[in-house]
Amino acid sequence: MTVLSNHTTETEKKIWLLLETVTDPEVPVLSVLDLGIIRNVSVEPSGENNVKPVITITPTYSGCPAMDVISINIRMVLLQAGFKDIEIKQVLSPAWTTEWMSTEGKNKLKAYGIAPPQYKQAVCTPDAFQEEEAIQCPQCNSWHTTLISQFGSTACKALYRCEDCKEPFDYFKCH
Amino acid sequence: MNTSLINYTLHLADNALILGHRNSEWCGHGPALEQDIAISNIALDGIGQARNLYQYAAVLSNNGATEDSLAYLRDVIDFKNLLITELPNGDWAQTTLRQFLFSAYQFYFYQQLEKSADQQLAAIATKSLKEVTYHLRWSSEWVIRLGDGTAESHDKMVKAIAEIWNYTGELFLPASYEKELAASGIAVDLAVIQPLWEQKVSAVFAEATIAIPEKSFAQKGGKEGIHTEHLGYILAEMQFLQRAYPGAEW
Repeated sequence: MTVLSNHTTETEKKIWLLLETVTDPEVPVLSVLDLGIIRNVSVEPSGENNVKPVITITPTYSGCPAMDVISINIRMVLLQAGFKDIEIKQVLSPAWTTEWMSTEGKNKLKAYGIAPPQYKQAVCTPDAFQEEEAIQCPQCNSWHTTLISQFGSTACKALYRCEDCKEPFDYFKCH
Repeated sequence: MNTSLINYTLHLADNALILGHRNSEWCGHGPALEQDIAISNIALDGIGQARNLYQYAAVLSNNGATEDSLAYLRDVIDFKNLLITELPNGDWAQTTLRQFLFSAYQFYFYQQLEKSADQQLAAIATKSLKEVTYHLRWSSEWVIRLGDGTAESHDKMVKAIAEIWNYTGELFLPASYEKELAASGIAVDLAVIQPLWEQKVSAVFAEATIAIPEKSFAQKGGKEGIHTEHLGYILAEMQFLQRAYPGAEW
């Protein structure tokens, strides 16, 4: 019994390390772990002397087209590591939030030129023309920036402009 | 009970898909690049919500139906979407006004559905509500910007209201399957969200300097499969590929 659970834990550890190499196809600096979309990893017995990884993921946005690609990429990485029987489950609850993004992920986003989400959601109400929270320009670090649109190049981003360096930039919006 | 739950889930899925399809018609035609991207993102959120709901309806049906067969292989009479979602886009005033009226409805609707006795519907509601919050904010701003804008934009918004208002009554008329499920705590009680919606619409219209029309005749039937002529044209375009090449995948 102890041996089996040790074995399982080691396999799980190995799977977590493999998942670190799977990235978001639309924001390739972020791993699926940085994004916070991996909700659980477990290992079940499969046939004789085999184990089946069961990975539970949750989508960022309902219509995010990256989710299907991410599922395929997780499967590929696990197949390459020698797992044959793999299950990837999708759950909707609890709903994903940008608060699950790792600090490392936020730093990577900024270095990549995308303003990371605020640590705590400040503005998330449906009221029109509300005062925007200050978002720092990822290029020149100025706080003197203006929202252009709450909708950007992907579902998870808003579009901003820096009034100092004049560059437009993406902001990974609070969700 | 199960048939009612399937019908209810399809009603919600069809709302999201048909309005998502309508909004996607703006892709590449928006009045400015940023707004083209905004309406396309809203379309994508709608189609994503529809997928979650169709997947659930397929599980409930347990007869080999899939999210694809439910979207692509049902005919007009099987669709249960609200008539307001299938109306043509019209101009930008009509598109943003329709989005506002519908997003305000969806916002309060999903807030109630979060408390549904059905766990999967509650999970989909919580997920979708975050997206709808952005839609409601964006569309409120457009109604105000155009209504309280120039004489021309104001006129266009007034015209849009005359065009769409008769289709808002249906939002609060429960279908038979809705009444049954509301009694068991699964479906949203529409009487609860109607005053919230009216309050929101009044506040935004007041800021937009436009008047709420007097009570008028409510077009209805969508929830029970009785549609305007427009839905057939949407399905003809949306379902063409699956009808011409059954089972095609990419």
